[in-house]
Amino acid sequence: MNLIVLLKQVPSTESFVSVGEDKKSVKTEDVKWVINPYDEFAVEEALKIKEALGGTVTILTVGNDKAVEAVRTALAMGADNGILINDPDAYNCDGAGIAKILAAALKNIEYDLIIAGQRAVDDDNYYVGAATAEFLNIPHVSMVIKEEITDKTIKCTKTIEGGSFVFEAKLPALITTQRGLNEPRYASLPGIMKAKKKPLDTKTLADIGISAADLGEPMLTIKEVKKPSQREAGVMIQGDTPAELAAALVKALHEEAKVI
Amino acid sequence: MRVLVITEQIDGIFRKVSYEALSEGRRIADAMNCEMTAAILGSGIDNLAEDIKKYGADKIILADDPALAEYITDKYVLTLADIIEKEKPEVIILGSTSIGKDIAPRLCAKFNGAIATDCISASIEEGKVCASRYIYGGKLITDVILNRKPAFIALRANSVSIKEADGKGEIEKIQANMQDASLTFIEKKMDAGKKELTEADIIVAGGRGVNEGDFSAIEELSEILQGAVGASRAAVDEGWRPHSDQVGQTGKVVSPNLYIACGISGAIQHFAGMASSKVIAAINKDEEAPIFAKSDYGVVGDLSKVMPEVIKEVKKIKG
Ligand SMILES: Cc1cc2nc3c(=O)[nH]c(=O)nc-3n(C[C@H](O)[C@H](O)[C@H](O)COP(=O)(O)OP(=O)(O)OC[C@H]3O[C@@H](n4cnc5c(N)ncnc54)[C@H](O)[C@@H]3O)c2cc1C
Ligand SMILES: Cc1cc2nc3c(=O)[nH]c(=O)nc-3n(C[C@H](O)[C@H](O)[C@H](O)COP(=O)(O)OP(=O)(O)OC[C@H]3O[C@@H](n4cnc5c(N)ncnc54)[C@H](O)[C@@H]3O)c2cc1C
Repeated sequence: MNLIVLLKQVPSTESFVSVGEDKKSVKTEDVKWVINPYDEFAVEEALKIKEALGGTVTILTVGNDKAVEAVRTALAMGADNGILINDPDAYNCDGAGIAKILAAALKNIEYDLIIAGQRAVDDDNYYVGAATAEFLNIPHVSMVIKEEITDKTIKCTKTIEGGSFVFEAKLPALITTQRGLNEPRYASLPGIMKAKKKPLDTKTLADIGISAADLGEPMLTIKEVKKPSQREAGVMIQGDTPAELAAALVKALHEEAKVI
Repeated sequence: MRVLVITEQIDGIFRKVSYEALSEGRRIADAMNCEMTAAILGSGIDNLAEDIKKYGADKIILADDPALAEYITDKYVLTLADIIEKEKPEVIILGSTSIGKDIAPRLCAKFNGAIATDCISASIEEGKVCASRYIYGGKLITDVILNRKPAFIALRANSVSIKEADGKGEIEKIQANMQDASLTFIEKKMDAGKKELTEADIIVAGGRGVNEGDFSAIEELSEILQGAVGASRAAVDEGWRPHSDQVGQTGKVVSPNLYIACGISGAIQHFAGMASSKVIAAINKDEEAPIFAKSDYGVVGDLSKVMPEVIKEVKKIKG
């Protein structure tokens, strides 16, 4: 089983991010960079499949020098090798360009199953997984909480609002992860030592046979980045007993906020 | 020029966000001075067109075919691709639901379009298609211009108002596109009678502070308020609630009118999922809990004592 994980490095969810000077970007200088949490599920699932069925797990990332760290962390978790596409021409493309780059890279790699996150928790686009599958002309199943591979098919349970579907796809296919799929393992100390020796290829766009011109213009232009109107502390409900507190709260919600 | 709205129905019932998408679609079509087409996919869905007419569709395309009886990505994507080929819309609006986010990126890639997911509004400014969306788990908002056509806008539930409007309401029927059979539908399971979190007007959510994971008071309150039950990740990790109840950065993003946080401390990842609620009320025994800094109404108290009283009071006004 050749398993590929599409992995993006993102600011950790605890990070404080702020609006850039130009009001069109996000300041990320001081943030801690981590593997996108949904991609962590993807790494874990790939490792589980490998443990059950054999094969190799390859991490594929488009990123800059910093992203090496995220790929190494995935290798320390147990992935076999990493490919980092690091090219200044990739730095300014959005999801549309990233999906094209990933698809171009994958055309030179053998794969049975590609696992991506449902979304990256920074841009929250939900785009790259399904778009990469479209460019590769393979089926995708998104937001998967359970999968089972037999022969050349994968049976997936995917979540939707208020329920779930079970679909079966012929391999090769792409799936995207949903929380509930697994609990990602931590990189162990021996894992971290081993990871240092595992192959990590850095490639340019030219290496994978695609040029900046093939990527096209970004699909989105950012007009403005702003803070949502800041929520401020409202009123603390006063009362001496639970009954008084409850009565005052319900009165406020009913008469003042008019939400119940 | 044309606006296409892709509706979503399950077992003959539209998602509420589909009405929101139609209302926003009509507003955009008016701003562009063009017609709006609504697409409905399913099987035995004749009767659903009437319902859609009220929201100002000029044309309603019914892809009514046994092959579309259940949602399945490949056939739905290809059938919608046929509709897009034919209608050539410049703007496509749909709900940012799991299914919306399953279909739209794929169609967008197919047509080399642009997409903005989880939008809270859409507009036409100086002839350009614009949208506002949250990024970084709700920590920031960006206003974007969608540079390519078609421009896909996936609207977050509960973000825009529903408004009836006039439209020609011509009906056209088409068949499913069956070319791709890479996916097979095996089964569907719906939680019977459970209100969908992302569409609920009121959410009562519980966290680690819910005594021994007993959610009965939270369930009771949410039922009287006709709301839904949500949970923090801690409550999900304890095994008290299913993953589908989780609100937050790695859970659902909700925007109800009222969010009542019970025994939830207010971690940044939890806020990521509920900060856009219109009113937030919190009940927590720790007066220093961060949740209070962002709540409209705070009650310092023990859940086991306060909740029964809240239920009593709500029952009074709900008759
Ligand atoms: C150094 C750098 C600078 C950038 N600067 C800009 C900029 O200025 N403006 C701009 O618009 N965009 C910029 N980008 C691109 C942007 O940050 C995202 O990579 C891109 O928009 C796609 O991610 P997403 O959040 O949209 O993905 P989503 O569609 O939300 O992600 C879904 C899944 O796709 C996969 N995936 C996404 N991105 C990657 C990736 N890079 N490598 C491997 N797998 C991936 C993951 O599995 C992820 O879970 C930059 C990227 C890099 C690397
Ligand atoms: C990558 C990542 C993603 C995450 N994603 C999410 C996410 O999607 N959603 C999410 O919620 N979290 C998420 N988290 C976890 C988050 O950081 C917090 O750990 C979590 O939200 C805490 O849940 P809690 O508020 O229920 O528990 P706690 O922080 O333990 O708070 C419990 C609260 O209950 C109060 N309490 C206790 N007993 C009582 C009582 N009897 N009466 C009244 N109050 C009482 C306490 O004062 C306390 O404030 C994520 C974390 C990471 C690192």
